[in-house]
Formats: sequence, structure tokens, C-alpha cells
Amino acid sequence: MTGSQRLLIFGGMALAAFGMLYGLHYAALVEHRMLDRLGGSLAQAFTDAAARNSASSQAALESYRSTKYDYVRQVDAHSHWIGLAMTMIVLGAAFGHVHYTESLRRTIALALLAGGTLFPLSVILQTYQHDAVLLKALAVASSGLVIVSMAAVAWGFFRRTTSA
Amino acid sequence: MSARRLLVFGGIALVAAGMLFGDIFAVFVLHQNAGQQGAALLAASHAVAAGNPALLGPIFTQLGGLLEDHGTKLDAHVHMIGAGYLALILALVQPYIALAAAAKKSLAALFIAGGTLLSVGIFLIHYVGLAYSPFAFIGWASVLADSAGALLIVVLVIEAWGFRSYLRTRQLAEPALPDDDSWPRRALLGGGTLLVLLGFLHGAWYAGAYLYQHEQMETGILDNMLAASTANDLPAAATEVVNFGNLAGARAVNIAAHSHVIEFGLLAILLAFIQPFVFLSEKWRRRWTQLLLAGSLILPAFVLLELKFGLLAGGIADVGGLLVIVALVGMLVGVLRCTGTLDAGASTGGRK
Repeated sequence: MTGSQRLLIFGGMALAAFGMLYGLHYAALVEHRMLDRLGGSLAQAFTDAAARNSASSQAALESYRSTKYDYVRQVDAHSHWIGLAMTMIVLGAAFGHVHYTESLRRTIALALLAGGTLFPLSVILQTYQHDAVLLKALAVASSGLVIVSMAAVAWGFFRRTTSA
Repeated sequence: MSARRLLVFGGIALVAAGMLFGDIFAVFVLHQNAGQQGAALLAASHAVAAGNPALLGPIFTQLGGLLEDHGTKLDAHVHMIGAGYLALILALVQPYIALAAAAKKSLAALFIAGGTLLSVGIFLIHYVGLAYSPFAFIGWASVLADSAGALLIVVLVIEAWGFRSYLRTRQLAEPALPDDDSWPRRALLGGGTLLVLLGFLHGAWYAGAYLYQHEQMETGILDNMLAASTANDLPAAATEVVNFGNLAGARAVNIAAHSHVIEFGLLAILLAFIQPFVFLSEKWRRRWTQLLLAGSLILPAFVLLELKFGLLAGGIADVGGLLVIVALVGMLVGVLRCTGTLDAGASTGGRK
């Protein structure tokens, strides 16, 4: 097993375990309350509108928007951490068929690990500071890193020989 | 049966079962559930127009139940397939897990059991609710699902420990899989990588072009719905309910296409590696490979086309899912037929 394969498999397993631990913590301690708040705020917006209390209705709708924003990102981060980790482990097993030099393969593996860690992290951090431009930029950059690395892997699979 | 073959068999079975459940969910629950949600929202806007808040409680209780019904079935489908993928990955790395053969077999059995119980627990959440639960928010079905999830984590941690032990000695625990260069393997490897890349690109395009726009549209539509209802303009409120449903549909098909094409790509790559366990003739392995790759492309493509062509495209997408399931069952039969050589290698120890 080469260094790049170890990086992908060991890094992927660590990332998958972390993503699962995060999901377990979220499901056990946070999700139920968040879902209650999500449903409750939407119901409250309608109830206040029925009582012709426009200001309260708007506030409840804003609370719904904010909670939904957080909920979507929490679930997305959990699933993307595990999904990207699984991609890394699978690619790790197949990396012997990626026809590049070991040093380039190690760079690609490192880029996949960095992108796979940072992309969901930047998504989670957006729940602490909604619509932060810096975090959006980090999400774009880290997901771009994953895509470029993956394209390089795909190209490496189709190459016949390893260049020196 | 060795730990590796148990994980291959259990992994493919979990993926096939999860996909079958997803197909049944898509045909019999998904659209009906969305229709009921729309009807509940319309009833809520009527209650707002009538200025009667008392009517809203039961409507939102019903809406919450519908969302929970939809969400838990979707989660059960996703988690069963996810556990199946992890089982296949663990099968691949078994030669690098330096643990006793009996311990590895027990861990494999625990992992398959955990993956099954996790999905069953999630599925039951909607039906069991908080009955007899001592907790304020968590019911017994959630406890079952969370415990099964914890079991998966424990197994993964022990497997990681075994991998760490391998790194110290560099002694393979069992023979590595034969490095065959057959057509099915190359097709699954290349096709799978392209599918994953396609999914990544689609996800990036959707996130950049529509994610934030859709989030803003949702509250905008709800705002308009409440304003129309308060003004007693029921036709306008009904239009907003339709808009809300269309938006939910647009988000759902994009997310489903993104996740399915990546998952199928990963599945294809994983299946490329377990081909030595598929004890079938080259001709049949080619057929299952072609069927799997065709279904993997048809399902996400026609899920996306549902926005334009409605249920016709949805039906073709379901057929795509069925093609993948048939291909998986075909390979599963091959895994069942495979006995002897590879298992013997696992039980007698590996080579350096």
C-alpha cells in the first residue's frame, strides 16, 4: 500500500467516524428540538396571521427561515462528511490504477482530504454566521478543490502509463 | 463464510434492499405525501382567511406528521444504502485489518446487524412516536436507531485500530483480492468515476445557481401565501400553495439527482473491486455491469426530467432504479455461488 493510499484510506476512515459522531450527537441532542422549532415557527406564523397580527407573523416566519437555514446545513454537512469520506476510502483502494507518479498522487490525496474536511466545515460554520461571504468563499474553494482532484483521478484512471 | 464475504454479501443485500425500499417509497408514498402536504397548507390558508386560529392546531399537527412520515422513510432508505456501502468498503480493507479471523467475522456480523437495525429504527420513528418513552423528545424507535448508529461507530473504531496494527507490522491479515483486469472491472471503475464526477459538477452547479435563490423563494412564497390569505384572496393563496409545492419539487429532484448519481458511481467503483467474489461467467458479469451502469444513468437523469415531464419521467426513473436492483441481485447470486478459495485464504492467514 502506497503513502497516497494510506492517506486516503486512513483519512477517509477518520473523517467517516467523525461525520458519524457528529450525526449521532446532532440526532440525539439537537435535531428533535430543531424540528420542533421549525414546525412551531411555521404554525405560529399562520396562527398570528389568522389573528391579524402581522408583525408577530413576520417574526415567526423569519424564525422559520433562520431555523430551516441551519437545519439544511447541519444535515448537509453530516452527509457530505461521510459521503466524501467514503469516496476517499473507495478511491484509496483504487488508487493503484491512477496512472500518475506517487508524488502527484499524494498531492491529489492531500487535496481530497483537505477539500473533504473543509467543505462540510465551511457549511456548518455558516449556521453561526448566516450568509458570511468568507465562509461561502471557503465552501466554493474547498468544493472546487474536491472537484478538480476528482477530475484528476478520473483522468488518471484513463491514462495508460505513468509519466516520470 | 469469511468476514470479507459476509461483508460483501451483507453490503450488496443492504444496498439492494435500501434501493427496493426507495423505489416502493417513490411509487406509493412520495407523490401522495406531497399532495397531502399541499392540501394541508391550503386548509391552513383557508383558516387564516377565516380568521380562525383554533383550526390551525390540528392542521399543523397533520402537516408535522406528514413531514415526519416523508423524512423518516427517506432517511431509512439513505441509511440502509449508506450502511451497505460502508460494509463493501470494509470488505475491501479486510486484508489490512490486523485482527483475529473470528473477531473480524463477529465485527462483520455486528456491522450488518447494526446497519439493518439503524434503518428499521428510523423507519419506526413515525409509527412508534413517544409511546412509553421516558424522554421528552426521543421515542424508543429513535433509541433503537441511535444505539444501532453507535454500534456502527464502535465497529468502525475497532476496524481502524486493526488497520493501525497493520501499519506497524505491514503483514497482510489475509490475501489481497486478485488484481484482475476484466472488462466488467474496468467498465465499473471508469464508469463509476465519471458518475461521481458528474454528480459533483451537478451539485456545484445547483449550489451556485439555485440553493440560495430557492431558500429565499421559500419564505417569499410563504409570505405571499399569508398576505393573500389575510386579504381573503383564496385563489391567490391557492396559487402560492402550488408554487410552494413546485419549489419543494424542484429542490427535491435536484438533490435526489445529485446524491443518486454520486452514490451509483461509488457503488460501481466498489463493485469493480468485489468482482472476484462474483462467481459468474464473463458474459453474465458483463450483462450485470451494463445493466447497473445504464440504470445508474437513467435514474438521476429522469429524476431531473420529472420537472418537465412529470410522472412519465418519474416512472422511467423508477425503472432505472429497478435495473440497478436487478443487477445487484444478479451479482449477489454470484457472491452466493463463490465459495472455497478466497475464504480459505482468509482463514489460513495472509501473505506479505
